[in-house]
Amino acid sequence: MSTVFLALQTNEETRPIIEAILQDNPSAVVDEQPAMVKINADGRLVVRRQTIEELTGRDYDLQELQVNMITMSGNLDQTDDEITLFWKA
Amino acid sequence: MAVAAVSKYEFAPADTQDKFHGAQLLYIGWEDHLLFCAPFAFPFPATMRFGDVVAGPMQAAFGYHPDFAQIDWAKAEWFKSGKPFSPDFDKSLAENGLKHKDVIRFRTPGLTGIKGSCS
Amino acid sequence: MDMTVAKKKLGLKERYAVMTRGLDWTPSYQKMEDIYPYIAYEGIKIHDWDKWEDPFRLTMDAYWKYQAEKERKLYSVLDAFTQNNGHLNVTDARYLNTVKLFLSGISPLEYVAHRGFAHAGRQFPGPGPRVACLMQSLDEIRHAQTQVHAVSNYNKYYNGMHDFHHAHDRVWFLSVPKSFFDDAITAGPFEFMVSIGFSFEYVLTNLLFVPFVSGAAYNGDMAAMTFGFSAQSDEARHMTLGLEVIKFILEQDPDNVPIVQRWIDKWTWRGYRVLTLVAMMMDYMLPKRTMSWKESWEIYFEENGGALFKDLARYGIKMPQCAEQIALEKDHLSHQAWSTFYNYAAAANFHTWMPDEDEMEWLSAKYPNSFDKLYRPRYEFWREQAAKGNRFYNKTLPMLCQTCQIPMIFTEPGDPTKICYREVDYKGDKYHFCSDHCKAIFEHEPEKYVQAWLPVHQIYQGNCFPEGTDPTVEGFDPLAAVLKYYNLEHGRDNLDFDVSEDKKNFAEWRGQATKNI
Repeated sequence: MSTVFLALQTNEETRPIIEAILQDNPSAVVDEQPAMVKINADGRLVVRRQTIEELTGRDYDLQELQVNMITMSGNLDQTDDEITLFWKA
Repeated sequence: MAVAAVSKYEFAPADTQDKFHGAQLLYIGWEDHLLFCAPFAFPFPATMRFGDVVAGPMQAAFGYHPDFAQIDWAKAEWFKSGKPFSPDFDKSLAENGLKHKDVIRFRTPGLTGIKGSCS
Repeated sequence: MDMTVAKKKLGLKERYAVMTRGLDWTPSYQKMEDIYPYIAYEGIKIHDWDKWEDPFRLTMDAYWKYQAEKERKLYSVLDAFTQNNGHLNVTDARYLNTVKLFLSGISPLEYVAHRGFAHAGRQFPGPGPRVACLMQSLDEIRHAQTQVHAVSNYNKYYNGMHDFHHAHDRVWFLSVPKSFFDDAITAGPFEFMVSIGFSFEYVLTNLLFVPFVSGAAYNGDMAAMTFGFSAQSDEARHMTLGLEVIKFILEQDPDNVPIVQRWIDKWTWRGYRVLTLVAMMMDYMLPKRTMSWKESWEIYFEENGGALFKDLARYGIKMPQCAEQIALEKDHLSHQAWSTFYNYAAAANFHTWMPDEDEMEWLSAKYPNSFDKLYRPRYEFWREQAAKGNRFYNKTLPMLCQTCQIPMIFTEPGDPTKICYREVDYKGDKYHFCSDHCKAIFEHEPEKYVQAWLPVHQIYQGNCFPEGTDPTVEGFDPLAAVLKYYNLEHGRDNLDFDVSEDKKNFAEWRGQATKNI
């Protein structure tokens, strides 16, 4: 399966989000670059609202991720509960 | 193919010869000498003697290279649009069949740039 | 930070549906084709505009909220940067030349993109894409403005940035990015979306922004890093839209497939040629390197683009053919580009230099197949000559490619010692190209590209001198007149970094910042 990725700015807001992504995606691998974190995963990567809320102890709207997102790869689908990146082939 | 357009699509080309104040463009490249990053573009009158092009503007443009002074012009190989070409140094550009926006290159056997790197 | 979320009445999907559907109406006294005159002529067939969906499901209310948040963050960082003399924290003053390149080459394109998306949005009959184009149009003008604001702090101290927009419209090498975007906005709305939305934003933008921004951070440039990341957070959305555009058009009608494939082929190549500037920036202009051009091409194009085109194969879309030639060029592109700017350093709005010994070692390690054999001897010669006071300044104008407008610097695929020449006879005139791909683009639409404003030809036509210049007077110096027309000052804005005011000032100011004088 091809790699999908999501790159986020390195900052306090994204720290628990990255932690949540690593919890929810067993194939996710972190690639730290200057000022940014790139998370690669095999074929599919999910960002779950609930996991982020558990880790931060506050309500979280997944659209907040817009502020810290740098780039991504793959088809995307966003709902209230999840952002999913995936390749179909 | 033609441009897809909502109406008639006709515009004058930007670089026809009439726009160059009596000159025509000639492009000249020196094979195996990429220290000069690209071939040069020159505006010359069609009546200019080919030998004068070599001795004047070409000397000025390529002369920085230590190989230039060593060129034996009798042995130089010329190409026009990639095909072998034998310019007569005593004749004009027009008499040598050179038209607006023609491209010529020359190869100088034995001279292959800085330390043979084609630079 | 105030990010509390109001109690939601509707879920994301419902909210998106309510705010992007049913906003239009069927006209009763005007014909649809009069209201949307550009929608049919490119041959693209759309049957159901409602099938368009933004996968982020972003609506205008949320858009304003998050964009405002991004702006607040950006401007607080810029204030901190200025208050702390941030310009003295960059690795060394050579770095600033990347900022000059970015401001004069890229920022004006952001503004043109703003206009392009506003135009495309107006032309599409579906409210979904109209909303998406509106957002992207606003993003792009925000990028142009924030970039100008951020770089204005450098302009107070360093040369070459004072009239970037004037330069963009005139300086010879800036016709490369300018004509690229002009080509896109003068196409129809669908081609524009494929060219900029998909080919540039999705396939190529990572190669511009990620290494540039990460490189800026690595080189201590807080201002560029911040505007870069702020812009890039929008790019993630643009990329997603670019991919959706393609899928939407392809799913609407099988007749669209060959048209879209041709556009992808054309614009991947056009965009790649523009990225020549980025290649040399990564390998030569960042004093601290993040990764080589070749490495970043392999990650972001070969690996990631490979995954993308595998995914699009189900629509019958193939990897553009030019990828084969690009793979052959990746060992050479940045070196050929840097050599070009070293040649023409007297006519540019930034400085160039020869890499030092450590940097040559780095290049040699990153490019084991090409650097020592082809480029090191050239550089060593130039360095020796410069040390003898004979720095090479090429004063003769180069031959340009009619399509990409880059000097004919590229070599034959597979033979890096031979310049690649291609030509076409069209209506009694000759046209020259750097590659088979630029030639094929011309051959498909010759009527468009014969109009190209090629800087070298324009100079020879006498169109690039200040008003009132008489080029026939004794001792006329064309380069001096052209620099005046560019509004660049000879000896200050151009030439080698070693002799620059930037170098001298930076050293002096940095000394003052660390000592009590």
